[in-house]
Amino acid sequence: MAGAHGQTQRRKTSTHESFLRHGGFLFARLSLALCAGAIAVYAYAAFHDRLPQGGGTTLGYTLGALGAILIVWLALLGVRKRAVSDGHYSLKAWVSAHVYLGLSLIVIATLHTGFKFGLNVHTLAYGLMLLVIASGAVGVWAYATLPRALSNNRGDTTRKQMLGEIHDLDEQLLEAAQPLSRPNAEIVRLSLEGTDIGGGFWRRLFGAYGDCANDHAIALVGPALQVASGREATALRKVDQLLRDKAKALGKARRQMHITALLEAWLFVHVPATFALLAALLVHIVSVFLYW
Amino acid sequence: MSEVFRIAIVGSGPSGLSAAAHAAATGVSHILLEKTGHLSDTIFRYQKGKHVMATPSLLVLRSDCAFSAGRREAVLQQWDADAKAAGVNVRYNAEAKAITGAKGDFSIALTNGQVVRCETVVLAVGTQGNPNLMRCDGADLPHVQYQLDDPAEYIDEHIFVLGGGDAGIENALGLAADQAQANVVTLVNRSADFARAKEANVKALMTARDTGRITVLSETTPSLVEPGWITVETPQGVARHKCDRIIARMGSSPPRKFVEAAGVAFTSDAASAFPALSPTFETTTPGVYVIGALAGYPLIKHCMNQGHDVVEYIRGATDLKPADEPILEAKLAGLPGKMSVSEWLEFLRSRVEILYGLSPLQMREFLLDSEVKAFHAGETIFERNGVGSSLFGIAQGSVLVEVDPKNPAITVPIPAGSIFGEVGLISGRRRGATVRAGDNCIAIEIPRTAALKLMAQVPQARETVNRITTERQILQIFKSGLTPADLAEVLPLAQTVEVKAGQPIMTEGDEGDDLFIIRSGSMIVEKQVGGKNVFLSYVPAGSYSGEMALLDGGRRTATVKAAIRSQVVRLPGAPFRRLLAKKPELLKRMREEVASRRKVNAFVEEQKDNFGGVVDMYSSVASFLIDQGIGEATDVLLIDESLCVGCDNCEKACADSHEGLSRLNREAGKTYAQIHVPTSCRHCEHPYCMTDCPPNAIQRGPDGEVFISDACIGCGNCQRNCPYDVIQMDKPPPEKPPLWRWMLFGMGPGPGEPDKAWREKQPKSKVEKGKVAIKCDMCIGKAGGPACVRACPTGAAIRVSPEEFLSVALLDRG
Repeated sequence: MAGAHGQTQRRKTSTHESFLRHGGFLFARLSLALCAGAIAVYAYAAFHDRLPQGGGTTLGYTLGALGAILIVWLALLGVRKRAVSDGHYSLKAWVSAHVYLGLSLIVIATLHTGFKFGLNVHTLAYGLMLLVIASGAVGVWAYATLPRALSNNRGDTTRKQMLGEIHDLDEQLLEAAQPLSRPNAEIVRLSLEGTDIGGGFWRRLFGAYGDCANDHAIALVGPALQVASGREATALRKVDQLLRDKAKALGKARRQMHITALLEAWLFVHVPATFALLAALLVHIVSVFLYW
Repeated sequence: MSEVFRIAIVGSGPSGLSAAAHAAATGVSHILLEKTGHLSDTIFRYQKGKHVMATPSLLVLRSDCAFSAGRREAVLQQWDADAKAAGVNVRYNAEAKAITGAKGDFSIALTNGQVVRCETVVLAVGTQGNPNLMRCDGADLPHVQYQLDDPAEYIDEHIFVLGGGDAGIENALGLAADQAQANVVTLVNRSADFARAKEANVKALMTARDTGRITVLSETTPSLVEPGWITVETPQGVARHKCDRIIARMGSSPPRKFVEAAGVAFTSDAASAFPALSPTFETTTPGVYVIGALAGYPLIKHCMNQGHDVVEYIRGATDLKPADEPILEAKLAGLPGKMSVSEWLEFLRSRVEILYGLSPLQMREFLLDSEVKAFHAGETIFERNGVGSSLFGIAQGSVLVEVDPKNPAITVPIPAGSIFGEVGLISGRRRGATVRAGDNCIAIEIPRTAALKLMAQVPQARETVNRITTERQILQIFKSGLTPADLAEVLPLAQTVEVKAGQPIMTEGDEGDDLFIIRSGSMIVEKQVGGKNVFLSYVPAGSYSGEMALLDGGRRTATVKAAIRSQVVRLPGAPFRRLLAKKPELLKRMREEVASRRKVNAFVEEQKDNFGGVVDMYSSVASFLIDQGIGEATDVLLIDESLCVGCDNCEKACADSHEGLSRLNREAGKTYAQIHVPTSCRHCEHPYCMTDCPPNAIQRGPDGEVFISDACIGCGNCQRNCPYDVIQMDKPPPEKPPLWRWMLFGMGPGPGEPDKAWREKQPKSKVEKGKVAIKCDMCIGKAGGPACVRACPTGAAIRVSPEEFLSVALLDRG
């Protein structure tokens, strides 16, 4: 009787579709149409007026205005991402539009220049824009290819667990080092105190851990084992195993940080270049209207 | 011969003591027989310092002994003093063995050979009776005990606790609680699970086991007790352990045989049955009265009141009103018909089908929890999507259910005697339809907990509710203009079956043409293709299975097994086929269903030939998700790890739309084939968290979301009961500066859950809030839906319901 299940009063938003394929490539198609339209109009105007259509013509102003609006709107993704409002929006749709409309700027802004370049603030803005787009393209590549590697590396473990595992191994190492002689205890100490799990951004980005203290320690345990005997040898063998386990755990954590760094690296160009672009764009627009 | 007492009271618990005190106060000759050397053995045997509750708080206490909530010691001390002051004639170490004779001249034989003669007998022996004893060799050794008075008394001992009920678990936890006592505690449980214990206790025990504080031996029985040692039989073989003390808490049996030997009849043969009693507590043997827990009243206040009342009745009182009379009078005031309380009780009990099995006394207690309401013809009783999980029984008149939300004129009537609102009992969902009074009607509204208690205690009520819900569910599933009359042949043959997770209800290749209706839980359908089990489909509650063999004959074409613990209704094939013959519309409907299922089967088989790996992948992903409990989910967050860049924007969005605390942990949880099930609420069909929420703060919203309201008292029961660890206890952090101030000036911690350091630096608000339970509410009331999904930049986060996701559509993923 009163058995009907709860009634859905709002739209179901979960479609299993990546940001690139969003809405059946809706924004890709929109962007293509925009570019095709701009090229057609430009070609028509250029053919009709027999001169390159620079920024100063009606078409130039139109393309410039369109480009400027697009740039500002695209930059607002940073706000949209962080402002969680209650209404109906999809950040995925925003990202999809950001990618494809951003790419369309290559066509729109280039047509807006009328193919006139020089050593001035106008061309600087254009160059910065291309830098933003190029770094964005790297980001798209990273987002499309790296997540699988990230997931495969971590399996079911979380960041916290990875670091926890290293910490646990350190505690076991400390325990295992108690019966060791002074010089051999120094080997363990090297691993305990000298190991840098992540390091700075560049180290993470390039996975440069050639001078890892834990690896040094492993290299030193081998020869020490050859001369050790009795209790010392038993303890050293345990330390050797623990150091190897730690190397494995370190490898996993570092791979995770490496992939994460790759996923973020492009943003260190993309975001500052965007701010530089916005500044250059402002100067470009102001100077055009004041001095042209 | 010895003195003949007017009243002999057997048992000195709250009810017996209260009876004796009242007899003493009114000068009636009496004797109180107590088996042990102290009063009130059951409460005496409570763990030291245990808090004794005094519920129901509304009930007035009517006794010559005082009682209020407090520590066990204070309660016992008070009663000893009261008994002394009243001049109670108590005989200790007097265990009654047999009662003979008739009203006016009873003889009570005691185990010590004495005989007590009396005119009337009041049995107040409780249900605890004697503890079940250990039966193996050496069980009579002095270090075997059946109670634990003070867990702090034992230091540095190897202690074995026998019994997996609440008493055993609580004792074991008490003994292991203080590590400084250095006890080595082992809990021995005869069965594999702890079905009789409260979930919270089991969870606490498991935690103690996992942290190494208690060893748990399951499916184990003791076989030999020796000084300092115990030998147990485990599934792995016999083992001998060091053991200084054995605490056996293996339950106790109510002394039914003893009571029956006095000629007292019980209401049924069920183990849970109580003696049949008149409203004056008199049994079927005149002159023998039963009060207290043995009469079905486990609460101390009730017991004490009954002790007082039974003496009044024996003294000849006829107009004595029970202590709860004023409460009931107030409850029933304002109803039409000017009936007395007892007339109302009888009116309801004799007219509402689910109440038929209650005794007048039980009915009285039951009404304390319930409400009786009168409705005018046409008046709305509850609205579609309204909050409420109570059950209604119609005592007079009838109601109309608006089955079509678009057209309130289309209604289905429910006659007097029947019930409505029963869906709330099952899943805590909101009201599915508006119900209004058909003509002037009187209905009893029973809160969910009282209704569940009723169903647990009175088998007849349970059967009635099951029968009515089954009938309605069948009508709803098959629709096609079926009426209850059409089901007259099928329904009496319907069988409700409980199925454990993983247990099949039908197996591929077997004979059988029964139809199964899934009442609760869910099923998965599997088929052997090329020597491998291939997942075909997921069948949620409210659907049916087995129609292929029913319609077309032949053997079962697939195996259907429970994804989680489920309840199915088995309808025998032959009468159902006769029903189909009469209802061509229903037959057509089912044929269509069969055709579409055949298509799925054919499709899967075809795919199997083409690319076996894909089907394998599909099957294994489906079983992975079932293992993760998706089978009982209604809406679950999944993360496609092939798209997830690990930005944690889902967590940040969750925190920012919920007072600064994230209710999901993206990284935690299992992953299979790039599908990740994060630690986040699944909004179970039968939420575990809802089972034991004292303020009833956990409810279900209109979209099926299970959420915790502001009524939360922070007790943590739901956190312990949730098997998926998605509930946390926390207090909301201080408010952050607005986003623009962070973006422009770097003020505050930025988007997402603020870190501890920032939280602690903030000035404390004057009103310090306590920790409350926090879980996903599916962004209830937010137009845009769940923030985690909206805020995912790549489309990795999706929310799905199992029936949508566990379909052949999964094959497209490759």
